[in-house]
Amino acid sequence: MTAQPILSVEGFSKQFELHEQNKLIPSSSDVDFNVYAGKLTALIGPTGAGKSSVLKGIFRTYLPSSGRIHYHCANGLVMDLARCDEHQILALRQTEIGFVTQFLHALPRQATEDVVAQPLFQRGMDREQARQKAREVLDKLTIPERLWGVPPATFSGGEKQRVNLARGLIAKPRLLLLDEPTASLDPKTTDVVVEMIQEMKLEGTAMLAIFHHPELVERLADNVVTLTPPTIDTAKEVA
Amino acid sequence: MEKILEVNKLTKVFGKGCPNCFDKTGPELDTNVCPDCGSVVAAHELSFDLYKGEILGIMGESGSGKSTVVKNLFFDQEPTSGHAIFYDDDKQYDLFSLNAAQKRHLRNHRFGMVYQNPHLGLNFGISSGGNIAERLLMNDLRHYKEIRERARELLERTEVLTNRMDELPGNFSGGMQQRVQIAKALAINPPLLFLDEVTTGLDLSVQAKILDLILEIQQEMNTAMIVVTHDLGVVRLLAGRTIVMKYGRIIESGLTDQILEDPQHAYTQRLVASAL
Repeated sequence: MTAQPILSVEGFSKQFELHEQNKLIPSSSDVDFNVYAGKLTALIGPTGAGKSSVLKGIFRTYLPSSGRIHYHCANGLVMDLARCDEHQILALRQTEIGFVTQFLHALPRQATEDVVAQPLFQRGMDREQARQKAREVLDKLTIPERLWGVPPATFSGGEKQRVNLARGLIAKPRLLLLDEPTASLDPKTTDVVVEMIQEMKLEGTAMLAIFHHPELVERLADNVVTLTPPTIDTAKEVA
Repeated sequence: MEKILEVNKLTKVFGKGCPNCFDKTGPELDTNVCPDCGSVVAAHELSFDLYKGEILGIMGESGSGKSTVVKNLFFDQEPTSGHAIFYDDDKQYDLFSLNAAQKRHLRNHRFGMVYQNPHLGLNFGISSGGNIAERLLMNDLRHYKEIRERARELLERTEVLTNRMDELPGNFSGGMQQRVQIAKALAINPPLLFLDEVTTGLDLSVQAKILDLILEIQQEMNTAMIVVTHDLGVVRLLAGRTIVMKYGRIIESGLTDQILEDPQHAYTQRLVASAL
């Protein structure tokens, strides 16, 4: 391996301080790993090991409690995502870092193709052009054409998940965070998604992913990082 | 990324004020009324910034001082102290030290405001089209035909039936009035737009439409906005960053998803946990 990592996480920890209950809830502790361009790093470990917290910490949906998250930007600069300015995070989210979560959050009453085209709208792309791209991705993910103009609110779990994926993939981020992107897909659709992820790897996208199925880790991961849940006695009362 | 607005220690006290006002009010003391002199501390040393094309949410309960912020910035109220710099391309304005003519100039040419109550933003004595024309006239558009054309465009954009543009706003439903107000605010393509509880009191379906419209405008025109709301759903959908206020103070600020999913302050944790 010659390449420099795109993302290197050192000593990442996250705990939640719940004021009302006067408790500290540990989530992830002392996590280290690297993510490389064109490679997929998989986070594995039992429920409660803090896998999603790591992803959310990198995206700054969670404020990391400690540790460094060094991200090498396209312009060559290195930023610590755990500490850098909120405007810098927003800019990176718009151009370089994508996140596909387990659940679809979208504006109500918005057509599916518009939901998927959102990241392109945000970059100021012409609406019709963006929609055209959205249709291509939806087609690839085998969402039937009759659904493209309908809001995804009434879709099945698997369909919603694919819409969510389409929105994450359309932006072609440099770093893509995936939180169980195939949890409710049937084997055939899962294969389509695996193929798309492999294509993105070939195009150089760095990926950090949590998969429900060990089989998917085997098929897609280049590196595997195992997390262990924090021990119970670390959950303590705040003084 | 360019800064468009920088607010520094904005303070607004209603009443004569006394030296103890700030020490004896605030979230920890659970009041914004000074026990010594009875003045209301609506805002105390609020500092924040806003970038071009960014939507900033200001969230809080009634009485938290969130509307005070935009009312001061739009010159509806005068602050007790503090500074705000508006960066307009190569020009800079120190907002709170401008004279009346300069303030009027910014209100008419560079800022837009949409109030919760359409009566504050619209002239109910003239037609909807006329409301927009009024704002266009201030911007040196003088040809009747041109003005009418632009007004029609704007109303179409905000999905108001243009064959009703000659009707008085009073004939319209609340949602429609709100859309006319948005069209009026947008008439001059302002780089900075203030939205004060714009969807409060509207039907859910109308709310969604208006939020969608606001987002589209922001993406197309790169308008910077400050969105004041008590509704967590509104900040979730619109704002990239959010400020949480209580009793005239900023108690927390951050990326909107972080505020909603990993709130740090006890009050924000309670607020987020109580949302339906």
